[in-house]
Amino acid sequence: MSVPLALLGLLEREPSYGYDLKRDYDAYFGRGKPLQFGQVYATLARLTRDGKVTPGEIEPGGGPDRKLYAITDGGKHEFETWLSQPIDPAPNLQTDLFVKVVFALMLGRSAEGYLDTQRAAHLQRMRELTVLKRKGDLVDALLADHGLFHLEADLRWIDMTAARLPALAETVRS
Amino acid sequence: MTLAHLPVVTDPELSCVEASDLCLSFGATPALRGASVTVVTGEILAVMGPSGSGKSTLLHCLAGILRPNSGEVRFRGRRIDALGEEERSTLRRDHFGFVFQFGQLVPELTAEENVALPLLLSGTRRTQALGAARELLAQVGLDGLGRRRSGELSGGQAQRVALARGLVGRPEVLFADEPTGSLDSLNSEHVLELLVAATHQFGTTVVMVTHDPRVAAYADREIVVRDGKATSLTPGGGST
Repeated sequence: MSVPLALLGLLEREPSYGYDLKRDYDAYFGRGKPLQFGQVYATLARLTRDGKVTPGEIEPGGGPDRKLYAITDGGKHEFETWLSQPIDPAPNLQTDLFVKVVFALMLGRSAEGYLDTQRAAHLQRMRELTVLKRKGDLVDALLADHGLFHLEADLRWIDMTAARLPALAETVRS
Repeated sequence: MTLAHLPVVTDPELSCVEASDLCLSFGATPALRGASVTVVTGEILAVMGPSGSGKSTLLHCLAGILRPNSGEVRFRGRRIDALGEEERSTLRRDHFGFVFQFGQLVPELTAEENVALPLLLSGTRRTQALGAARELLAQVGLDGLGRRRSGELSGGQAQRVALARGLVGRPEVLFADEPTGSLDSLNSEHVLELLVAATHQFGTTVVMVTHDPRVAAYADREIVVRDGKATSLTPGGGST
């Protein structure tokens, strides 16, 4: 997630102070990785330099940098362009999982044992995410779902690969 | 012979249901080839595996529905695989609950009659059984739908009725075979939430067959059945 784009999106909603931007970023996008104040103000300074946001006047008694930031037309255009573009589906054709399976078969190790170990690790992570989903709020649940669906896709690949190990072994050893 | 009269052959504190070296063939086709598993009291155990691996057959052996050709099944330390059909039927009625993929409700009965069925079969008075059924239906979010027949329920509602029926007798073990297999994701989650909450409340042990890792993630641990043998993926898990 690009921090500048996230801040532009939050500013398109309404002009905001740096503190508010950090609070809202952390609430929606900062699970496990909250934004540092320094990063917020450094990003706002770059966006100001590039003409994407405009800072208001420093407000008296409001701390060292209590400025109300607003998005510019240029900032809105950049955010709109980003929002309307699909994300690269990223087929991940060469994953670490695949590389480990190939090496296990190539070097005469137990590929099935490795896949079982990986399956257990994936299921353990799915259990953790399921607990987060059950006990957290809606944002937690949606983020957990995203992780769960990706892990599920990996597990399907693991099952399919386990079923094809003999054929793959012939290929890599030939 | 009731279960209480059976000899204790292992320490019942260690396991709720324990199977060792089960073999079972259907004609010339082997379904189980030496499967062993220990189900710990109070846990939710997911039984995973590809289609045709023997996971449902294993569940049916653990639940006393099928008798293995060889090997042993023990419930609370007492051997049950050697019991006759009538004794196993009594065992299932008095100690076990069941939930299946498509609910398998009796279409002629209302939802509350379906839920009350296990109690009625064990001799509970009708008024009392229906009262317990209504209470459990409310707990699974179906308050007020007790008079509907299964044909008048959505798939998710029917599966919740099936779950209520599986739990109404406060079974020691609930055996579930793909309990959400016919449901979409949201209904599936709702049923699993109810299953986990209810079984924790009642202290029920659950053995749940599923091919779906998202369902298995609700369990405490999982075993995988392959070619008729069970493997524990969890370090220290109680199966071989």
